[in-house]
Amino acid sequence: MGNYIFRRLLYGVAILVGVNLLTFVLFFAVNTPDDMARLAIGGQRVSQDAIEKWKAERGYDKPLFYNEQQSGWASVADTVFYQRSLPLLRFDFGFSDSGHDIGHQITQRMGPSLALALPSFVLGLLASVSFALLLVFFRATRLDFAGVVLCVVLLSISGLFYIIAGQWLFAKVLRWVPYSGFTQGTDMLRFLVLPVAVAVISSLGSEARFYRTLFLEEIGKDYVRTARAKGLSERVVLFRHVLRNAALPILTGCVSALPLLFMGSLISESFFGIPGLGSYTIDAINAQDFSVVRAMVFLGSALYIAGLLLADLSYTLVDPRVRFE
Amino acid sequence: MLGKLFKLFSQVAVVLLLLPLAACTDKPVNSPYGPDAMAGNTLFTAFSQRSPKYLDPASSYSVDETPFTYSIYEPLYGYDYLKRPYVLVPRSAQKVVAPTFFNAQNQPLPSNASDTDIAYSVYDIPIRPGILFAPHPAFARDAQGKPLYWPLEPNALEGKFALTDFRHTGTRELTAHDFVYAFRRLASPRVVSPAFGVLSSHIVGMREYAQTLRQADQALRVDKGRETWLDLREYGFDGVSAPDDHTLRIKVIGKYPQFKYWLAMTFTAPVPWEADRFYHQPGMAQHNLSLNTWPAGTGPYQLVESIPNRRHVLRRNPNFRGEPYPCQGEPSDRKAGLLDDCGKMTPFIDQIVFSLEKESVPLMGKFLQGYYDIPEADGGDYGVAMKVAAGDSASKAALYKDHGLQLLTSTEAQITYLGFNWLDPVVGQGNTPEQQEKNRKLRQAISIAFNWEQYVSIFLNDQGQVAQGPLPPGVPGYQDLPEGLNDQVYTWNDGHAQRRSLDEARRLLSEAGYPDGRDAKTGKPLILHFDSAAGMGSNATLDWMRRQLKALNIELEIRATDYNRFQDKMRQGSAQMFMWGWVADYPDPENFLFLLYGPNAKVKTGGENASNYDNPQYDALFKQMRDLDDGPQRDALVDRMVKIVQHDMPWMFGFYPKSGGAYQKWVHNAKPTQMVRNTLQYLRIDPATRVREINRWNAPVWWPIALVVLLLLALAGAFWHVMRRRETATALVRDDDQDRKDKD
Repeated sequence: MGNYIFRRLLYGVAILVGVNLLTFVLFFAVNTPDDMARLAIGGQRVSQDAIEKWKAERGYDKPLFYNEQQSGWASVADTVFYQRSLPLLRFDFGFSDSGHDIGHQITQRMGPSLALALPSFVLGLLASVSFALLLVFFRATRLDFAGVVLCVVLLSISGLFYIIAGQWLFAKVLRWVPYSGFTQGTDMLRFLVLPVAVAVISSLGSEARFYRTLFLEEIGKDYVRTARAKGLSERVVLFRHVLRNAALPILTGCVSALPLLFMGSLISESFFGIPGLGSYTIDAINAQDFSVVRAMVFLGSALYIAGLLLADLSYTLVDPRVRFE
Repeated sequence: MLGKLFKLFSQVAVVLLLLPLAACTDKPVNSPYGPDAMAGNTLFTAFSQRSPKYLDPASSYSVDETPFTYSIYEPLYGYDYLKRPYVLVPRSAQKVVAPTFFNAQNQPLPSNASDTDIAYSVYDIPIRPGILFAPHPAFARDAQGKPLYWPLEPNALEGKFALTDFRHTGTRELTAHDFVYAFRRLASPRVVSPAFGVLSSHIVGMREYAQTLRQADQALRVDKGRETWLDLREYGFDGVSAPDDHTLRIKVIGKYPQFKYWLAMTFTAPVPWEADRFYHQPGMAQHNLSLNTWPAGTGPYQLVESIPNRRHVLRRNPNFRGEPYPCQGEPSDRKAGLLDDCGKMTPFIDQIVFSLEKESVPLMGKFLQGYYDIPEADGGDYGVAMKVAAGDSASKAALYKDHGLQLLTSTEAQITYLGFNWLDPVVGQGNTPEQQEKNRKLRQAISIAFNWEQYVSIFLNDQGQVAQGPLPPGVPGYQDLPEGLNDQVYTWNDGHAQRRSLDEARRLLSEAGYPDGRDAKTGKPLILHFDSAAGMGSNATLDWMRRQLKALNIELEIRATDYNRFQDKMRQGSAQMFMWGWVADYPDPENFLFLLYGPNAKVKTGGENASNYDNPQYDALFKQMRDLDDGPQRDALVDRMVKIVQHDMPWMFGFYPKSGGAYQKWVHNAKPTQMVRNTLQYLRIDPATRVREINRWNAPVWWPIALVVLLLLALAGAFWHVMRRRETATALVRDDDQDRKDKD
């Protein structure tokens, strides 16, 4: 297994280099350093002198990939790509184009992102699994049919609608929670109740349908018939046997998604005023802040690779038959 | 056993479900702030999209930064809060001074000296004594007078990410040397300032000084690394100096009457060298500690909390001397209660809390609940939007009235225009005199066809004023109707401006060589191109434009692009028609008329003349006008210039957008403006009214909880019942059941 992990990590490094290159090429295909400077300086009187100063301060005054004025290794090393990419591999994100320490921002914003994403994820999983089990318990009845219809309705509605409707109902009409905002400590709960509830409900339809399918697939198998034949109640059959055996795809899906929780939610964070990493990324894209965009894409890729690796590893824990030899 | 368990579970569930009801109260529970926050003398407002990017006065130029920078820093001058047209008043200066003129032999000249005789102007500005900087760790000193936080020990910054993390602070008196230091910073290679280009072309020796600093900086970086402080006190230049601690001397090349307005901007606000030195220490940047994030000023407020993209808090500067509230204003100000606080010391508010609101739905929701006193401190969008909404919806109008909201609008010193590229062969100047006249007639026909009154009505809900020329109201030289009428596009009929007829436009089009919208020589239809920076080419505005030209049988092709590419096109001069705007830096006609000054052409010089308009007569008049003091002679020149551009039509003048503010009824002294930027110090709030109204508007509605609890119990019961029936059902199906299933 050690060899397997090492091999996967090596692949991961290669993927990260590729992702970094792709991000770089895509970003500078639509933005020049002059564009970035012009937007960053802002205002109405942006002189070329100011643009040159801005670029020089941030190292964007160098060629992007190849420096013809240098020779040997320096022709590659004295470029924007090289000087911006190398520190990334040791997770040194450097400074944003607006002069803030990206690493510090990430550590500051990871907390709010997780405060929203973790409960949403855990409660969403619990709600979806419970609802799916309920539907399976009442399978082939009108209740099951109604539940499936409800799921289809829920998954057909845009996530944005849940947010706006949730704010309208609970913040405006009933006035139970604030519209938006964030704070530290236990008072944070007041601000998280609504976004978490919205996240749970908006993911309920698709996830419950998926889990229902998994459970139904299991429930027709021989071991379930055996369990029933020996007199186990339906609840015991579902919770002790079906749920355990259907847990493999659920668990692997969840494990691979776990690291990405750090990246936050783009829309929810914006609407609910939660200063997490999702809104950080969106802000950076709007401000054409290449340093932050590159750092967040890199971090997202690294977390995704880690998630997939963890998912693979979790197979061995859940299903002893799986081995990596 | 199962029944007992169910009974127990039911009882626990009922208790848990009814628990929230026990917490039910009439008091609001939806406040986004802590308990009793609304009872304090604190103004709550929001900022959208992102935190201010630059709080360094040398770099800050965006509108969203001004509530911070103009509250924290005090430039030499400011604008009177109430008077219109805008009037310069001293802030950190003792008075607004007139320059002394000198000839090339350094001999003083009289104030009415000829412009050609004036070699340079000297502004000797007296600084108010006794002004203190807000508490800042850069000033903190030990008992021996040595700086406490310079130089810092290694690891001294551990855990410090805000100024409030430093235990000690200090202050000192503002001197003229702080202004000198601020001007020197503008030329520093380490500071990016949008003002450097303009100021260095007017202040004696500033451009050369920038070269000197560049060389010094390079040498310093080679010797000691890039984080080393470049002490600007060691490098001076003749253009800005301090003859004594309370006199600032600025030498301006020739005569530049608009220079005084630059002294009302934060670019020229004082910067203490101690702060610059303090922030140029190893590790400061990594801890987000810089003048961009933690300013050091003398203004009425200081920044005490700054969580990027979440919350910023300004608190009353304990060292601020207090400034009296103005006693004079416009005639309507007394009736509006704006003079009630005459002579009282400002600022009135102790603390200002800015919270991030990226989306307008929660922002407006909280504003209507009373949790924001003003929805935005920097701009005028929400007041206009709410006024439009109230006009469209009777229920909203009633709600705003019930809440006593103040929706105040004013036409501001800004313009949105549709420009013709003067370099374009079809709509531009033209090569020959004959072609020039034809192209002028084409522009005139187009200008008549574009019904801007309709545009303002449809897209701005009348929250704008159709422009007759390049100067907006409030700017000296602006002429109201009928004197200011653009007679190329309008006629004056029965006391109002009437747009010339489409028939006349068609005649002009024909004379331009395009009868019925077709080229007279080739017979091909005339196709014009509009370069849009607003994304895809199918929005309502662009459709409206197409329809305007369709009335003349002219096709309009939209070339939609993003703003970066749009700017590229403008710099290369490849756009044909485009829409752009200008917000005044200062209330002077020069700040608008320079947008059409030939030497400012964007293609040639990268200047702000986006149309690349070039008219030697206009340019000559501009030079004269620029150097004149305000007065009838200048007004006459401005009038001639306006007539020239009305005749040449390098722009369709478009409209002057209105600016508006929305204020709760407990906010006093509100007067919307885009020119006066230190408005926060004049606002006053009544917290008692705020608390009372918030309690009235936000009483929670609890009864649905009971309904939900009952529903959940009913559902749980039903499920339990079905489950029990299933659990206890026999494996074999009874005969009558089998019969029923067969029938189904």
